[in-house]
This record gives sequence, structure tokens and C-alpha cells, in this order.
Amino acid sequence: MTRYIIRRLLQAIPLLFIISVVLFVMMQNMGDPLATMGGRTVTRSSERARLTRQLGLDKPIYVQYLYWLVGNDWTKIDLDGDGVPESAGRRQGILRGDFGTSLVNRGVPVVKVIGDRLVNTLLLMLTAELVIIVGALLIGIYSALHQYSVLDNAITAVTFFLYSLPVFFFALIVMYIFAVNFKRWGLPYLPTVGMFDPQVGKTPSQVAWHMVLPVATLSFGFFAAYSRYIRSAMLEALNQDYVRTAKAKGLPRPQIVYIHALKNAALPIVTVVALDLPFLLGGAVVTERIFAWPGTGRLFLDHVSRGDTPVVMGLLMMIAVAVILFQIIADVLYAWLDPRIRYK
Amino acid sequence: MESTINPSKGIGLLTPDELETPPLSLGELTWRRFRRHKMAIFGGVTLILLILYSFGGMLFFTEADANRTETGARLQSPSLAHPFGTDTIGRDILARTIYGGQISMLIGMTAMLVEVIMGVLIGAAAGFFGGRLDSLLMRITEAIIVIPQIFLLLVMAKFFGGSLPNIHVLGRTLSGSVVVIILIIGLTSWPYLARIVRAQFLSLKENDFVLAARATGTPTFEIIFRHILPNSMAPIIVAATLGVANAITAEAYISFLGLGVRPPTATWGNMLEGAYNYIESAWWLWFFPGMLIALTVLSINFLGDGLRDALDPRSRSA
Repeated sequence: MTRYIIRRLLQAIPLLFIISVVLFVMMQNMGDPLATMGGRTVTRSSERARLTRQLGLDKPIYVQYLYWLVGNDWTKIDLDGDGVPESAGRRQGILRGDFGTSLVNRGVPVVKVIGDRLVNTLLLMLTAELVIIVGALLIGIYSALHQYSVLDNAITAVTFFLYSLPVFFFALIVMYIFAVNFKRWGLPYLPTVGMFDPQVGKTPSQVAWHMVLPVATLSFGFFAAYSRYIRSAMLEALNQDYVRTAKAKGLPRPQIVYIHALKNAALPIVTVVALDLPFLLGGAVVTERIFAWPGTGRLFLDHVSRGDTPVVMGLLMMIAVAVILFQIIADVLYAWLDPRIRYK
Repeated sequence: MESTINPSKGIGLLTPDELETPPLSLGELTWRRFRRHKMAIFGGVTLILLILYSFGGMLFFTEADANRTETGARLQSPSLAHPFGTDTIGRDILARTIYGGQISMLIGMTAMLVEVIMGVLIGAAAGFFGGRLDSLLMRITEAIIVIPQIFLLLVMAKFFGGSLPNIHVLGRTLSGSVVVIILIIGLTSWPYLARIVRAQFLSLKENDFVLAARATGTPTFEIIFRHILPNSMAPIIVAATLGVANAITAEAYISFLGLGVRPPTATWGNMLEGAYNYIESAWWLWFFPGMLIALTVLSINFLGDGLRDALDPRSRSA
């Protein structure tokens, strides 16, 4: 097992290298980070040249990548523009944990820029994931126990319909019903923008209230996939010999369903959840945009259009590493939960 | 796995020669299984109607109608003159959904083609040849999978989406961004298909018919494309069908975020761009294009589900 994990980790190194090179090259054509830097426009050309030089944007792309990867504290850089490198570089490179500083929010470390947003995103996404799992478990178990009943077929149809709805369309519909029309009808309506009402402040109840619509939007589409998965896993488990044995022993039905069947059916489900978890880090670009939720998805959107390479690269590499790690964790977890599985 | 053997009384007693009808061919069997899937039939019919809507609508509206701006008639609610209302610069939304539908469907189909060609070639090469080539191709595949598709799409849309010349196809002028969108959607969605094809090839290449083909000196190219590939068509067809739906949704997402197909070319996706700013005042801005996308995706998904059951009865889940 240890050898398996080490091999997987080693395989991840070339993978991450390919990803980072391709993304870094692509980020070079993203528009002008100087144009909107720190909210002011840099108009004078001498000023532009100075900033370009200070940020290292005048270097050829492979040098920029090298500095991003391993830092530039081992060499000297030219800050005053006389063509002679004189000042020692201070960047340490992403390999030593230095993600650099944001170009748009001048001087703020990337880790802080992302960290501030990551908290909001995780709050939103973990809540949504919880709603998805609980909801899908209820739906899936019910469907499996009442296979082909009217309600089972109805649930299948409805979840399939929701699954096919594009996220933004669902979001617009719920906004229209629960915010616009409820307001019109004088009912208590749900907020659609941001995390809290600035006049009330960031209280837990405000945040929870503002989370209702985004969480609903994020979870509706996943009910279908997850509940179908749970349904078939449960059906398979319910047809196993050990369930027949449990029935023959005269065990109470809840015990058969929730202990004998569900525990075994949960194996593949745990893996699916583990594989989906890291993608939560990226937030939901569309949902966060519609509901103006200050998370990583919107951060990405805002910074990619301004060519803020350090922030975008930091965010994407963080997601990539998390996805790879969780893939390994899912495999290990699966083998640990199901001793029949062995990895070489 | 749930084929119930339940012949009606008489037939079970007859010998095959006495049966009046000849055995069903593979195609007929598939069609029978497909027909039983009511939702798939519903999906197929809806899809045909949507195609008729987008392409038949050309008879009633010209593209100029779809792009004509009437600043005097901005944001009008649905009426007889404009059944779906008008948008922020007074264009008729009905005409735009017709021409937008053509582009959305074009993007869906062609992006799927790019996806299938890349997925099949890469998956087949990795699965058939194995070894170093396999691990190299699989690393590239994983590299694309570990970044969520929407992020890749946005980065690539921004990267390739400079000022592009307009192109002329079938008497229509399209902004060059259509090609970019098609390519980037195709380029980011092939990995899943490649994995399916690779898995198919890994198991199929061990079969005796491959050994027999080798023994008779069949060229490798033919073994791959004439012996193994036809045997793995079922999952490819299903994945391709669902790929069309994914491509249409992906286009809508990118366009919704403002990085998709540039105006004046309409797509269902870019009609939604900025529409949420008018959520309180003009619901028709987003309702009609959104509904059309949802209907298309829904019917394709139903169709794909039916095809999966019909083409590959073994994969049928519970």
C-alpha cells in the first residue's frame, strides 16, 4: 500500500508540471494586468515600463515561469531600468511555498487573496455538499426500497429533469420566484446578492439567509446523479445473500436496511464523494457570479480577465493538487473500507 | 441482466424452423429496446421539434430580422408583434432564438465531433499499444481532468478569443469566436471518452478475434478500426450523444459569463449574458433562451439514456 501511494505521488509530479506549463503560457495572453492595477490606470509610458520591469513582466516567458516555479532569490534583477541587474530577487517560487503576490491587488500575497475567498467558498460548498448527501441518501434509499413504485418513477423523472436544467437557468427561476415575485406579493423574500445585508452586518443569520438560494442552486443538479447512484448501490446490496440471511434470522427491517445493506452500499458512495470534494475548492463560477457570492469562483473570473497570473495559477494549482490528493485518498479509503481490494 | 424469458404459450413449443417470423437483426432488437423507453422517445420527438423550430424558423424570419435593432422598442414585453418580447436594444427575441438555436446546435454537434475524434484516437492508441505511449497519453488525459472544465474553458476562451475574422458558412456570417468555442469545448471534453475507449480496447484486444486477425496478417490500422472499434461503438455513441448536451451547456456557460460567442451572432447562451440584471423587470429576456437550452439538454439526456439501454443492455443499472 505504501509503495502504491508513493508511486501515485511520483506520477503526480510530471502531471502537475505539464498542467502548470500549459496554464502559465495561456495566462500570458490574458489582457493587461497593468491597465487595472490597484484600481488606477497607469497612463504614462515611463511609469508603465517601470512597473513592467518591477513585476518582471518584461522577461521572456520561460524566465517568468522559472521565477514563478523556483523563485528568483538566487539571481539579480534589474529594477532601475539601466540594463544592469543589481538588486537581489526576493521571490521564492511556488515549489518553496511562495505563491507570489497578486498583480491586481498590488502587493497582497496570493495566499491571502485566495484564503479570504476560500473561507466563503467552503462555507457555501460544504453546506451544499451536505444538503446533497443527506437529500440524495433520503431519495436513494426510498427509491431502492420502493423500486418502480409511482413515487420512485416520479422522483426519477423530476431529478432527471433538474439534472438537465443548466445551473444559471435554475438560479434565474428561483430568483424570479423567491426573490422578485415574493417581494411583489409582500411575502418574506429571499436575498439574491452577496453574503449579508451591509446595513445589518455579517451576522450568522444574515449569512445563512443569503445562502439559501445559492445552496439550492448548487445542490439541485447533483440530487439526480447521487440519488441514482445510491439507489443502484442499495438495490445491489439488498439482493445480496447476507441480506437474505439477515431477513431469515428475523432481524427487524430497519436494522437490515440501515445496518446490513446501507453500510455495504455506502462503500462506492464514499468514493464518489471523496472524488467530488476537491472540486468544491474552485467554487461554482456561475453560481457565485449570479448571486454575487464572494468566493473563489468569482475571484477566478475577476482575475483571469485582468491577467493576474499569480492568483489564477495559485488557485488552479491548488485545485489540481487537491484533486490528485483526493484521488489517492479515495483509492486508499476504498481499500481500507473493503479489505477485498488490494493495490499493487 | 433482467431479460425475462416468458414466452407466450405457443411459441415455446415450436422449433425455430416453424417460427413464421425470421429472427430479429441487431438493429431491430436495438430499436425494440429503444422503443420501450418512453422518455427516450419523448426526448427524440422533442429534439426533432426543436430542430424544426431552429431551422424551419428561417422561412419566417431572416437573419437581418434577428439582428435588427430598434432602439424605440427596447425591452418590450411579449406581444403580438414580438411574441417573445424584445431585448435591451430592441431586437426581436423570437427571431434571435431561432438563429441562436442554429448556432447552439451547430456548436453542440461539431464540438461533439471534435471530442469523439480526439477521444477515440487517443483512447484507442493508449489502450491498443499500451506501454510508454499509454502512460504518456493518460498523463495528458489526467492533466485535463484535474482542472474543472469551466476553468479551462474560461482560460482558453480568453486565450484564443482575440479579434477574429468573420467566417461565411451556408450563406450566414458568423463571428470567428464560434470556431474558437467549438474547438475549446472539444479540446476540454475528450478525456472522459478517451478513458472509456481505452478501457474498451484494453479488454477487447485480448479477444480471440484479434488474435485471429493478427494471425492472418491484418494490418494494425485495420485491427484497430475494423475489428476492435466497431465492437466498442455502444458506449461511444452514448457518450457522443451526451457530449452534444454538454457542449450546448458549456457554450451557454461561457457565453453567460461573457467570454463566449461575440455578438451580433446570437446563440442561446449569449442571449442570456447580462439578462440577470433585468431579473426584476424583463423575465422574457432570459426565460425563452433558457427554456430552449433546458429543453434541448433534457431531450438529449433522455435520448442518451434510452440509447444506453438499447445499445448495451448489460450496462443497464438496476
